[in-house]
Amino acid sequence: MVQAQRDSAFVQFERVQKSYDGQTLVVKDLNLTVPKGEFLTMLGPSGSGKTTTLMMLAGFETATHGQIRLNGRNINDVPPHKRGIGMVFQNYALFPHMSVAENLAFPLDVRSLGKAEKEQKVKRALDMVQMGQFANRRPGQLSGGQQQRIALARALVFEPELVLMDEPLGALDKQLREHMQFEIKHIADSLGITVVYVTHDQTEALTMSDRVAVFNDGVIQQLAPPDELYEAPMNSFVARFIGENNTMTGVVTALDGSRCVVRLDSGDEIDAKPVNVAKVGERTKVSIRPERVETNKARLRPGAHTLTARVEEFIYMGDMFRTRLSVAGNSNFIMKTRNAPDQVRLEPGAEIEIGWLPEDCRALDAA
Amino acid sequence: MALPVYASTGQRVWHYAFRVICGLIFFYLIAPILVIIPLSFNAQDFFTFTPEMLHLDPAGYSLKHYHDFFNNIDWQLPLWNSLKIAPMATLIAVALGTLAAVGLSQSHVPFKGAIMAILISPMIVPLIISAAGMYFFYSRIGLQGTYWGVVLAHAALGIPFVIITVTATLVGFDKSLTRAASSLGAGPLRTFWKVQMPLILPGVVSGALFAFITSFDEVVVVLFMGAAGQKTLPWQMFTGLREQISPTILAAAVVLIAVSIFMLAALEMIRRRNERLRGLTPA
Repeated sequence: MVQAQRDSAFVQFERVQKSYDGQTLVVKDLNLTVPKGEFLTMLGPSGSGKTTTLMMLAGFETATHGQIRLNGRNINDVPPHKRGIGMVFQNYALFPHMSVAENLAFPLDVRSLGKAEKEQKVKRALDMVQMGQFANRRPGQLSGGQQQRIALARALVFEPELVLMDEPLGALDKQLREHMQFEIKHIADSLGITVVYVTHDQTEALTMSDRVAVFNDGVIQQLAPPDELYEAPMNSFVARFIGENNTMTGVVTALDGSRCVVRLDSGDEIDAKPVNVAKVGERTKVSIRPERVETNKARLRPGAHTLTARVEEFIYMGDMFRTRLSVAGNSNFIMKTRNAPDQVRLEPGAEIEIGWLPEDCRALDAA
Repeated sequence: MALPVYASTGQRVWHYAFRVICGLIFFYLIAPILVIIPLSFNAQDFFTFTPEMLHLDPAGYSLKHYHDFFNNIDWQLPLWNSLKIAPMATLIAVALGTLAAVGLSQSHVPFKGAIMAILISPMIVPLIISAAGMYFFYSRIGLQGTYWGVVLAHAALGIPFVIITVTATLVGFDKSLTRAASSLGAGPLRTFWKVQMPLILPGVVSGALFAFITSFDEVVVVLFMGAAGQKTLPWQMFTGLREQISPTILAAAVVLIAVSIFMLAALEMIRRRNERLRGLTPA
């Protein structure tokens, strides 16, 4: 089992720690295994340790403790220029004094490739990012999106098996960013390369990744595929960080395997799914997605608990309606409903009954 | 800077007064240099404008001082000495100064402030004190009165200029470029020559220019360090003024001015080229 895991591990962090000042750990006891060909995203707020982890993999920071392995080989003592890892930087880091073609030829010159082979590879890489006609431009003559493509082509032109990306789309506008997300994903899939991607944008992480590692406080909070991360957050940090969430605090009053009853601080009782609560009497924070709040009693199970809610605000968002409710003392409870023909537009001040399927409401740690 | 239509009387007065003051300052700075140029074509052996010169009579002008400068062994020897000493001193100052600046720009170097202060000190300590100190030190190790003695002394004077100009360009240097080069497989040496050096070149060149001029114009240190065999152009001008009062010194001065203007123009062209590169650099 352990042997099999070793074999499928392309990138492996084993008990890695990092401290800059010798006192506080920026990365605490990191264990992470990335199989070959995976698109792994490290997501987290700034200062969560995700960029430090990436920099340790690239070789620009050294691990204070632990081992980093690439393809089974310990790379702790290998300098960055001998790791053969492609990297796309946040500010692109194109060489301003070289043309686009010279930028792309740089890693090939280092590897002493012949002229014909070099030109062919540069051309192929430029065509891949649809920048073939810009070979003779300087980076400064290109727009941000074009520079981003060149940076991507430069990181791929020497055919590395592993490519690291440090918030590469951070400086682009929304539309271009969304377009590039798909393009990067498609290129990575078609080349079969392993990608470790760092971002603080959760939509980006969910759209692009095979798996997402959510970082906070130097620790991976949850490592899971996007759907699992969104629908089954394992703790209240992940629930808060990924997507929109309504949270309410209370005490577990009944616990029965996959279901529990939580008495909220307001005294109301609700149904929930116990995720990391262990016993009756424990304090918990329940989390429910705005789009899983149900107003139609016919869709709830018989005997389900419901809550009375007062409509505070109704916002028309085109494809969705967003309703702000006052529920059990929380005046910031959001409900999202699809703009369907049978959907009522609620008036502020109206009183409604809301409920949910117990598995959509997750009872998490009280932190 | 045109005067806006709503300017008050006081602002109008100041607007023109400001221009007059600027003009006076430029005149004060440039006039002594400009006066030397026509004087150097004087047909007489005087340091004054003759009546013929003032009447723009061609007979009042001649190239005889230039002829003397370029043929008299008293001037040719110092000229060649200067041309041998200054480039070598510049080369050493640029190599060491650039390395020092690059090293001091790294974040992990301890005692940066102190090291920088020591390296810059030749610029701050009065020249006569440096010269006297070097004289005693170089005498002990047998360098006093030799070509390399003068070169090394001048290099020490030039290094602070190189460090300051290169450090200034390094401030604007994007560190992620060296990381990018490294991720693409380039070792530290290739990264330095192919990525860092081309981008800090303007700082290196202006530092080199200052170091060259420092050596080329220097008279105090060379008087201490040099023997007769290392007599430089400024040294010859100094003694020429004191002992011979030969107007050839005017021709020498004009040649030096021409060299300075040429070098400044070259520097400006490099600076513009770099600004074009940087202006287009992503923010």
